[in-house]
Amino acid sequence: MSSVISVRGLEKSYGSNKAVAGIDLTIEPGEIFALLGPNGAGKTTTVEILEGFRDRDGGEVSVLATDPGVKGEQARTWRNRIGVVLQSTSDAGDLSVYETVSHFAKYYSNPRDADEVIGAVGLTDKSAALIRTLSGGQRRRLDVALGIIGSPELLFLDEPTTGFDPEARRAFWALIQDLRKSGTTILLTTHYLDEAEALADRVAVINQGKIIEVATPALLGGRATSLATVSWKGANGLQSERTDNPTALIRKLTETYKEEIPELTVKRASLEDIYLEMIGGVGVEE
Amino acid sequence: MLKNKVSVNKVPSALAIGIARGGLEVKQFMRQRESVVFTLAFPIMLLAIFGSVFTNELTDGVTFSQYFVAGMIASGLVNTGFQQLAIMIPVERDFGTLKRLRGTPMPASSYFIGKSIVVFVTMVIQVALLLIAGVLFFGVNLPTDPAKWFTFTWLIVLGSAASTALGIAFSVIPKSGRGASAVVSPVVIILQFFSGVFFVFTDLPGWMQQVAALFPLKWMTQGMRSVFLPDSFAAQEVAGTWETGRTFWIILAWLIAGLVISIKTFKWEQER
Repeated sequence: MSSVISVRGLEKSYGSNKAVAGIDLTIEPGEIFALLGPNGAGKTTTVEILEGFRDRDGGEVSVLATDPGVKGEQARTWRNRIGVVLQSTSDAGDLSVYETVSHFAKYYSNPRDADEVIGAVGLTDKSAALIRTLSGGQRRRLDVALGIIGSPELLFLDEPTTGFDPEARRAFWALIQDLRKSGTTILLTTHYLDEAEALADRVAVINQGKIIEVATPALLGGRATSLATVSWKGANGLQSERTDNPTALIRKLTETYKEEIPELTVKRASLEDIYLEMIGGVGVEE
Repeated sequence: MLKNKVSVNKVPSALAIGIARGGLEVKQFMRQRESVVFTLAFPIMLLAIFGSVFTNELTDGVTFSQYFVAGMIASGLVNTGFQQLAIMIPVERDFGTLKRLRGTPMPASSYFIGKSIVVFVTMVIQVALLLIAGVLFFGVNLPTDPAKWFTFTWLIVLGSAASTALGIAFSVIPKSGRGASAVVSPVVIILQFFSGVFFVFTDLPGWMQQVAALFPLKWMTQGMRSVFLPDSFAAQEVAGTWETGRTFWIILAWLIAGLVISIKTFKWEQER
């Protein structure tokens, strides 16, 4: 089996609530794959099953050619090859960044160099600082450092940039792209559509326990062929027109206005527009 | 740029990771100044208070301080192991520390080994300080017979191991880190009263003695009395002897029970 993750007919219920109702998923080596979906859609359950944190009720799951439900020594060998960056961890933080990262390195057979990893997440200046003195964003980067210290072939990233300022997010994205270059396969869950667009090779949208669509960010929900909205300031104020051929419309407008078309914009559906439409158009997010 | 290494080595052994965790836990403990001071100084304070209140001799040459030192060391085993862990592990569970560890190749056994190391190290420091203070300020006599020091050593090793295992086992009971102290502390305090830590055991009502005999603290306390009190005092024990062999087997049985329960019930996450 060459796929890094392969899921067929995955099911999981909590009581009478079907959290995951038959999911199929294939993730190839070296891919950054984003899983999008509102809270309660089954996203976390799916990822936690893949991470080996939860049992499943039905379906076949293979992660690095291993069933994530393995136990004992086999589970350790498997975990040696993956990295998991969870949502919140809030340790008391009486250890320094370096002490923590170099300690976690001892869990793995082929760890990366602790200083190198601390540098990669941009914490070199904070290497000797106690964790409790770090900002939220710095703590998050430490979480990532701990996720990649073992040289994982597959990295799970759960909402990695929540609470980041825009600059920190850009820096973080560069780090993720760097990881991809090193050959790491990444499964990302995020609430930020621009993040999925910037990073992911493919995205899957999950809702009510099912995958609605899997596509590249550019093609999701027929985005590439969706109507564009051209707006400009006409004689009667702001005017806009939806068209499948914006170039022709603009050509016509240039003839009318000769010079600059006042306040011209051409807008295609953003990934967010498409996404919200797919999940039912309502803001169900927290 | 980061490079991925090819996996060729074997995953480090559970023991190697456990020892590394022990070092880390000791370091973490030492940096929590308040809890270090509390853990190490509290037994000495209690010794000072009880030593000042009860100045009588229990029999010829046996002061209450001498009797009480045995009880303080035994209850130190329960405090640093059972109480500390049963309160701290639910906190680590709430913080997500345990869930993060679960995502690594570190097995639960390494976590247990780390905990037993930090408990043992803390215990050794605590006992050393208590005995130094006892000898210097409260007229406590140390045993001279090597056989008594042998008993003392296995009581500390076996006792802290059993206390660690039972602390991990009990850590599944508190529903949250915040409430853990309220669940755990009463258990310990009641056991201390029942087991003859604060009072002379044979002065307690019979039913209390019988309840205490079911739990390990009574046996640890009695074992420590066999170390710190003259052998003539054994006649005043419930059985008329120190029951050293029975003490060993009962603490060992509790250690095994604690281990089995820990392995079977250990939780990495609080269930919602």
